[in-house]
Amino acid sequence: MSAAAPLPEPGYNFAYLDEGTKRMIRRAILKAIAIPGYQVPFASREMPMPYGWGTGGVQVTAAVLGRSDVLKVIDQGADDTTNAVSIRRFFGRTAGVATTTHTSEATLIQTRHRIPETPLSEGQILVYQVPIPEPLRFLEPRETETRQLHALAEYGLMHVKLYEDIARHGHIATTYAYPVEVAGRYVMDPSPTPKFDNPKMDGCPALQLFGAGREKRIYAVPPHTRVRSLDFEDHPFRIQSFDRPCALCGAEAVYLDEVVLDDRGGRMFVCSDTDHCEGRRAEGHTGEMAE
Amino acid sequence: MMDAVVSFADVGKSFTLHLRDGARLPVIAGATLSVRAGECVVLGGASGTGKSSLLKMAYGNYRCEQGAIRIRDGGRVVDVARAEPREILDLRRRVVAYVSQFLRVIPRVGARAVVEAAGLEAGLDAGIARTRAAELLARLDLPERLWDLPPATFSGGEQQRVNIARGLIAERPLLLLDEPTASLDARNRAAVVELIRERRAAGAAILGIFHDADVRDAVATRIVDVAAFRAVVAA
Amino acid sequence: MSGPLLQVRGLAKRYGARLACDGVGFALHPGEVLAVVGESGSGKSTLLGLIAGEIAADAGSVTYRMRDGVARDLAALGPAERRALMRTDWGFVRQDATLGLRMAVSAGGNVGERLMGVGERHYGRIRATALDWLARVEIAADRVDEPPSRFSGGMRQRLQIARNLVTAPRLVLMDEPTSGLDVSVQARLLDTIRGLVAELGLAVIIVTHDLAVARLLSHRILVMRGGRVIETGLTDQVLDDPQAPYTQLLVASVLAA
Repeated sequence: MSAAAPLPEPGYNFAYLDEGTKRMIRRAILKAIAIPGYQVPFASREMPMPYGWGTGGVQVTAAVLGRSDVLKVIDQGADDTTNAVSIRRFFGRTAGVATTTHTSEATLIQTRHRIPETPLSEGQILVYQVPIPEPLRFLEPRETETRQLHALAEYGLMHVKLYEDIARHGHIATTYAYPVEVAGRYVMDPSPTPKFDNPKMDGCPALQLFGAGREKRIYAVPPHTRVRSLDFEDHPFRIQSFDRPCALCGAEAVYLDEVVLDDRGGRMFVCSDTDHCEGRRAEGHTGEMAE
Repeated sequence: MMDAVVSFADVGKSFTLHLRDGARLPVIAGATLSVRAGECVVLGGASGTGKSSLLKMAYGNYRCEQGAIRIRDGGRVVDVARAEPREILDLRRRVVAYVSQFLRVIPRVGARAVVEAAGLEAGLDAGIARTRAAELLARLDLPERLWDLPPATFSGGEQQRVNIARGLIAERPLLLLDEPTASLDARNRAAVVELIRERRAAGAAILGIFHDADVRDAVATRIVDVAAFRAVVAA
Repeated sequence: MSGPLLQVRGLAKRYGARLACDGVGFALHPGEVLAVVGESGSGKSTLLGLIAGEIAADAGSVTYRMRDGVARDLAALGPAERRALMRTDWGFVRQDATLGLRMAVSAGGNVGERLMGVGERHYGRIRATALDWLARVEIAADRVDEPPSRFSGGMRQRLQIARNLVTAPRLVLMDEPTSGLDVSVQARLLDTIRGLVAELGLAVIIVTHDLAVARLLSHRILVMRGGRVIETGLTDQVLDDPQAPYTQLLVASVLAA
């Protein structure tokens, strides 16, 4: 369902941002790639959308987008939610690039809170929208101090957070924004993706870029970089598992969303990644509730 | 002089009372005496003549202004008047014991534990410290029901017995006793006399103040009148 | 007797025209407890801050014998080394517990933080060690998952002590650890500190305005006034036979030290 690429709206530079701003952002991105997991400050611009709607991700996308790119935008795994639709339309109108919902066709994917189920490949770029880039903020609100902690790789505090989880819940109850160590050095917040997606970040062949607009930070995981989820020896990192397959396409070992069907307790579990689900159904896979 | 455990040489002491316009209060001048192993020297003379000050200076509790107070520590001799605080603390751990009439109360610690702790501090094995603490408290007739209570709640006489046990648990070569029997009845005084004589027989050097003539006569090998060391009040 | 653990020389700090610390020096040996006493404004807390490197000194030096036996000038340590030293071989018990604890983190997490900071990654062991330390400072085991925001003043100080001692430091700085507590709570806390210091052979610098605290805990005393050391010596000697006019005044002002 790739939309026919229209021409960019007159009066706007390609992909909305002016070329000077893009260069500034690209410099930040290059630095972020050179120091995997390190939060690079950048001069975040006002965007024609409110904070919390992905202004950081949009700026990163605008800075790296080329005319030949094919763009996919997802929100919680879905291509058809308001946020995804409006960002896709924004770049359709300001850059005139081709858009897609198919993970494998996209060269650039902007995401809010998911990593697609279809494995990414070399040459692809995944841009994350990040609300709070600082993983240590939960326990240490002072920015001056968290910078010191990163600089000196003092990450005991991160484990204090996991300790608190186990003490309270008997297991590590952090299920999203689960902290990771990148390339054996910086501890990074993977944005509020479910921890289910953490293993996909490890050794990923695609370039992963993270943009936080309100917080004015960019960070990156270069292709084929080691990304390790923090844990304890006696409480090893585990991803969520689901005790049933997708009700529509029958996929197992994918991240499922709960959909409430009626007000009598009826519900179903379906793929959070809509493209993945549609692809499987097109191939003839069915789940128990597929009509 | 050769085998003196403690020797005072021309020791002088006065207090300067800065809160009273710097008034000087001379206490002792030219005090010279020594105590050998196996001796119990009792300081005699009226009260207020600086007997306690001599003991306190030997223990390092008061500063020695003039002269020297030499204490034998194995093969060497330490002049308390010039020693570093660390050296004095070290002497207190191994060489000198001091028993006053007053127990410095440590909150919340039981009597037996107070005595034991003194033994542990002096390097006694934990088991030995425990047995010896019990032995001493029993000999000093402290009722066993009091052993685990903090001495803060005890009578003066009971506190004093805890204090004596504390001073005697580790067998140090030098004992400084400042009226250890002041508030004891005849029976307990006798127990203390016996303990002191045992320590003397075992070779300890003892320097003490005893107001009670019976006790003094029972333990003293020699009496030194401190009137001779009385400082003359400056006009 | 080996060399000193800590050697402080000529420490000075000036705030405008006021000398908060003026040529303070002393040596501290392993297992020694030094009390720094004086009224508020005497410079005793500034001295502690200078030693800990939290306040930059105008002059003077602080030398510490590291665990490898080598004495190092603390000013010459890099930030990583300095911080590592502070969270392993040193402790700092603060007057205001909210500055020394993480108030939103459980008691167990507070004690465990230093362990995790030095790379302990076994939850069970961290928790067992935390429980052991809570017991040693007399905090009931069933409070392990509660944050110190729910603790009384005395318990918070106990927790601070456990949190600091868990890595077996050799030097602990204490800034008025018992002030602001009820007398009975204070007595209990002092007893805990006294016991642990003796048992672990800690070297301690304790800042206090309370001469009774100095008497109970310290071997040696440093009397400060106007940023300078007025008198120093064996604790009971300084308190029972004070020489300097100011020390005599200080001792005379106390009801029963």
